[in-house]
Amino acid sequence: MKFSFTEEQDEFRSVLRRFLEDRSSTTEVRRLMATDTGWERERWSQINAELGLTAVAIPEAYGGHGFGVSEQCIVLEEMGRALLCAPYFSSTVLAASAILNAGTEAQKQALLPAIASGETVATLAFTEENGRWDNAGVAMQASANGAGYKLDGVKSFVLDGHTADLIVVLARKPGSAGDQGLCLFTVAADAAGLERSLLTSVDETRKLARLNFIDVEAELLGDDGGAAGPMGKTLVQAAICLANEMVGGADRLREDALAYVQMRMQFGRSIASFQVTKHKAADMLTDVELAKSSAYYAAAAFDEGDADIASVASLAKAAASEAYMQTAIHAIQMHGGIGFTWDNDTHLWFKRAKSSEVFLGDPNHHRELMMQGWKD
Amino acid sequence: MTDHTEDSVRAEARTWLEANWDVNLGLVKWRNKLADSGWGMPNWPSEWYGKDLSVGLVPVVEEEFRRIGALPIPKSGIRMLAAATILNHGSDMHKEKYLRPILTGEDVWCQLFSEPGSGSDLAGATTKAVMVGNKWVVNGQKVWTTSAHKARWGLLLARTDMNVPKHQGLSYFIIDMHQPGVEAVPLKQMNGHASFNQVFLTDAEVMPDFQVAELGDGWKVATTTLMHERRGADSLRSWGQVPDLEGSIYDEERAEVETTLAPYKWYPQRAGRVDLIMQRAKETGAINDPAMRQEIAKLMVLHKSAEWTARRARSAQEQGKPQGPEGSLGKLASSNVARASARVHTMVSGADAMLSGADGVMNGTIAEILISFPASSIAGGTDEIQRNIISERVLKMPKETRFDADKPFKDVPRNTVA
Ligand SMILES: Cc1cc2nc3c(=O)[nH]c(=O)nc-3n(C[C@H](O)[C@H](O)[C@H](O)COP(=O)(O)OP(=O)(O)OC[C@H]3O[C@@H](n4cnc5c(N)ncnc54)[C@H](O)[C@@H]3O)c2cc1C
Repeated sequence: MKFSFTEEQDEFRSVLRRFLEDRSSTTEVRRLMATDTGWERERWSQINAELGLTAVAIPEAYGGHGFGVSEQCIVLEEMGRALLCAPYFSSTVLAASAILNAGTEAQKQALLPAIASGETVATLAFTEENGRWDNAGVAMQASANGAGYKLDGVKSFVLDGHTADLIVVLARKPGSAGDQGLCLFTVAADAAGLERSLLTSVDETRKLARLNFIDVEAELLGDDGGAAGPMGKTLVQAAICLANEMVGGADRLREDALAYVQMRMQFGRSIASFQVTKHKAADMLTDVELAKSSAYYAAAAFDEGDADIASVASLAKAAASEAYMQTAIHAIQMHGGIGFTWDNDTHLWFKRAKSSEVFLGDPNHHRELMMQGWKD
Repeated sequence: MTDHTEDSVRAEARTWLEANWDVNLGLVKWRNKLADSGWGMPNWPSEWYGKDLSVGLVPVVEEEFRRIGALPIPKSGIRMLAAATILNHGSDMHKEKYLRPILTGEDVWCQLFSEPGSGSDLAGATTKAVMVGNKWVVNGQKVWTTSAHKARWGLLLARTDMNVPKHQGLSYFIIDMHQPGVEAVPLKQMNGHASFNQVFLTDAEVMPDFQVAELGDGWKVATTTLMHERRGADSLRSWGQVPDLEGSIYDEERAEVETTLAPYKWYPQRAGRVDLIMQRAKETGAINDPAMRQEIAKLMVLHKSAEWTARRARSAQEQGKPQGPEGSLGKLASSNVARASARVHTMVSGADAMLSGADGVMNGTIAEILISFPASSIAGGTDEIQRNIISERVLKMPKETRFDADKPFKDVPRNTVA
């Protein structure tokens, strides 16, 4: 449903919210973000075991719960709100969708159950050092190697790329360009010739890695040369998921800033009593609620098989990016000096807003994609 | 007003610089020469290290410094606010004691204004100074105090009377930071640096001579300090940028930036680094994208207009005209520029905007902009406070109804500090 949630969905959300408030306090977020891995297998397994989060949107045939993107987006919104440090977006949103969209029946049977159970953490390596989010930006070469393939090149900005067990990689056949000749592959994390390094990121809660492939043996995922379609679908789904994650974070920032101004006094009165503070709070609510509407609409539209889904997904991503960043800027401002400190939590979300703004393409990129879909 | 012309000042400055500038001179020695000759602060009075030049002629002198590569007096930082305040309100003893080591950079200063309970509402300060015997004894807490951990001296705003309305019960002091009653604890900022501090004042002492202006004049003097701070918002851009030239004096200044000034390395970044935009747009190819060019253009329009507004204000000052509205807009404008610039830097850098430190663009400089610009709209008075000042003082719009300004300060509701 594009304009409302069912009772079950609301119930699921409130259970999840309480659960994550408990398991992902900012103390815990700060502890995990300071580690190189960015998450802990044992902690994450515990969280996941209780609620089966990694299984939500994977079909029952492959060990999942078979819910839609709408339910997955509830999970993401709550994770964004709690700033949960876990390899969820990488494994469940990016890699599982790519496998589902591209893989053969046998590959889905083989790979998805372990991702659904959380036992395997996977990721999708598609962006390269040029930072492009489109297929044409892919340069990594896949050359024939007996019956299989070998990969050469560099992937960058790979979410949890240094900690994932399984890496889904987008590469192209020698001599191909654009959407042609693209193939997806799976590579084990310990494959010979694969070097993985953590990148230092502005947003410490979202770890990115650079993966260097030198003659790395890879297994083809799905059709030979036919990855453009499945990748496109995966990125549409990912944009919707990210938009939902972002509105969760934005709403949390908004609420925290509101609580702060209601507590703080200057000039002998509550700073919340200044009209400019009220107007700012009202603008923030409007920004966040509008972005939520787009994010929710896009998730439901995906599940309903809406023909316009690519443009709608980009609309939601662009809206959420602007709203999140603007909310984060206001939130720091409303805190005054304390909002600029490390010990105050606002910057944790501020930095997530910044990384989300550009991850999967910035608002300009998505507005352009949206208009490409609408112009004819 | 003065018989100096642009040409005569240029010629005089050039002659002096050519005769005196020496890349092998010690940094402090050079700065002492600048102080003695008056060329370091040419718009200061000639009896106090200046040349009585009008502000409008200062850029001419600065141009001559740049032409020959001579290092100017570093004009940013709290120590210059101290200098401006002391020049305006200080006694001759204060000027004698403090101005020279400010110019030579030997003494670091800090501004002990904000407190946990009073930031925008500075006049709500609760740190108390009480006369015990023959000296002031100070107790209280300050916060966000830039440089306090390095400072020799502090500009202190403290309450000397709880029984009068808030603005009347404040006095202004110069406090020795190197005494047992003063403890500065650095606070880490969201950008990872720690240039500001919490300062605990416990029975700290100030001799009566170190009170600035009259008892109860604290608010008036603080306003002078703040005015200079807000006017100087622009100059943050060039903070700590040593020319890329050879010579021991440059090395010495670079070393100063690396050590004494290390916590402030992010200052230019907080102003948004518009100066890097075109270079980055060319490097990344963003310059070839019409949509991106529009974004860059909007930023440049804002940036140039703000810069020229500041120049208009300076020019009016130079001609001795009464200050127009342009003089009050600089701080707000520069915070708008900083925010807009961070936005455009993000667009220009794309995915790279996610990376920082050694992995980041320009060794993390771009990332530092993205996580430092929020300081511009808070430090030195928030954007909201600037808008209040512009609307109420410049535009003479009705004042916000106040509940705190007329009653004795002890009766004003305020935050209880933990
Ligand atoms: C990098 C940095 C360096 C600093 N260095 C120094 C220093 O060296 N010395 C020093 O003394 N201080 C320093 N400060 C402190 C700075 O001056 C204060 O943070 C600032 O004035 C805001 O005060 P506050 O933090 O108490 O916020 P608050 O005053 O609590 O403000 C919180 C929010 O309420 C809003 N607000 C408050 N009053 C009003 C009103 N009347 N109308 C509308 N909105 C209002 C503010 O605009 C803000 O958005 C520094 C701050 C920063 C960030």
